[in-house]
Amino acid sequence: MKQLVVISGKGGTGKTVISASFATLVQKKVMADCDVDAANLYLLLHPEIREEHTFSAGKKAIVDLEKCTACGNCLDLCRFSAISEREDGKVSIDPISCEGCGVCSYICPVEAILMENSISGKWFVSQTKYGPFVHARLGIGEENSGKLVTEVRKKAKEIAEKNGLDLVIIDGPPGIGCPVIASLSGVDMALIVTEPTLSGIHDMERVIKVAHHFRTKTACSINKFDLNLRLSAQIEDWCHKNFVPVVGKIPFDEVVTESIAQGITITEYKESSVSKEIKNMWKRLSELLSAEDSKR
Amino acid sequence: MILSVASGKGGTGKTTIAVNLALSLEKTHDVQFLDCDVEEPNAHFFLKPHLATNRVVSIPIPEIVEEKCTYCGKCAEVCAYNAIAVLKDTVLVFPELCHGCGGCSLLCPEKAIKEKGQRIGIMEFGSSNSIQFIHGKLDIGQAMSPPLIREVKKNINSERLVIIDAPPGTSCPVIESVKGSDFTLLVTEPTPFGLNDLKLSAETLKEMNIPFGVVVNRAGVGDRGVENYCQKEAVPLLMTLPMDRDIAVAYSEGKSIIEVQPAYREKFLELFERIQELKK
Repeated sequence: MKQLVVISGKGGTGKTVISASFATLVQKKVMADCDVDAANLYLLLHPEIREEHTFSAGKKAIVDLEKCTACGNCLDLCRFSAISEREDGKVSIDPISCEGCGVCSYICPVEAILMENSISGKWFVSQTKYGPFVHARLGIGEENSGKLVTEVRKKAKEIAEKNGLDLVIIDGPPGIGCPVIASLSGVDMALIVTEPTLSGIHDMERVIKVAHHFRTKTACSINKFDLNLRLSAQIEDWCHKNFVPVVGKIPFDEVVTESIAQGITITEYKESSVSKEIKNMWKRLSELLSAEDSKR
Repeated sequence: MILSVASGKGGTGKTTIAVNLALSLEKTHDVQFLDCDVEEPNAHFFLKPHLATNRVVSIPIPEIVEEKCTYCGKCAEVCAYNAIAVLKDTVLVFPELCHGCGGCSLLCPEKAIKEKGQRIGIMEFGSSNSIQFIHGKLDIGQAMSPPLIREVKKNINSERLVIIDAPPGTSCPVIESVKGSDFTLLVTEPTPFGLNDLKLSAETLKEMNIPFGVVVNRAGVGDRGVENYCQKEAVPLLMTLPMDRDIAVAYSEGKSIIEVQPAYREKFLELFERIQELKK
């Protein structure tokens, strides 16, 4: 069983469209949406939810105002600026700023601050016409997105192993921080989707460095490559120098937006140069993935 | 005034809107521009600031003073992030899990824990004509961006018009970036993806009590879902930018919209007027 994650550094380069296309091209796999902040893959895969789980990681501090003696000890110790003084000298805690460290609760002399479990999201196991799909929804303004990603990946892997499926395809989040690291740790390959813009290149280089930092193999797909051929050539050159195979060069076409508006994967929407190139890209990528086997 | 530009979905045009607002307003306002998308900062490509100085940003992580440590295990017990493990005769610290709350050093009964700085990134300061520019850059392999965003925001000069370019998403880095804003612009695109993520961002901002409005980017193909949502929820739709290949090509080279189509300056000024009417 292998794991493939699709990431990009920069947002909006086409991760979800490509992940959804792979869902239509690969037979024995589990799909996982690890962009738990802003999950979109479900809009193309149209899942029927079979299981729903609440996800609780971390705690939040709650003040019992009847016990609070307005001593102010906790005020200066909170490093997240979550505690503020009310007019009566007692304190209030902003749940959005609270990171749940518990320092205030430990040092409160009258035990007026309790740490309560916070529900920070939900995750789902669903069935789609493309097979099983694990996805999630982080609560509003919540943290621990990395832990929720880990939860989704664990379940997807478990389903794949139980059902003898060959691959877990992970639609990853943008950026390079906590949820990205959680999405790519231990995968067999990270497909980096970029675009020929200065921002796209900068962000691709950073996310590839993160992947290599965690010893993850990478391949690159240039989306909208014909928007700026000079910069696309620059990407290919950079990838070549850094031993990152470029597996796809997808043309710019508004057919992609049309297909999203219809809620249909691009490979199942009308014939286009985009869907053709994505199919070719999958061939190259699956060869790279299976080449891994022969090396082992 | 603090104006932040955010979006649930990535790549909708946050940086484009933030940069063009700054460039349109620099003649009439003292603008301070903060790029808080510290995982992938991009605004400098468009504002081309002269970066004069920088400062390393660290978070405090525990350092065990072995001579004093009795391996009692209190630090591991109080750490909410499992960043410390106490074994029989050694203490392991996992810096990547540490939030820098200071609980372990505060609560160690033997005073055997000091704090040392662990570098997480860097801030760079500069200017682009009259625009004061600051951005943060998270180091490769670092997981936690909120402490760096907090440091960048400590530079806010409230005498100025502060424009914040926020990261994508709806979780802690976004919250940290938009917190304290007088108004947030949510940039989206007219697709089901854009609508889905706009709804999440709108809920977040409502919870935070920050007034907000919507900019629709790349209008043309796509659907009317975002428009209908704004109408139904009485969310002000403040600006619509068409899908324009010329603008996309200019963007790819680090050019702003008003650089290639100066007539847009008026539209950004109008947008800012609307924002001033709607802000806190």
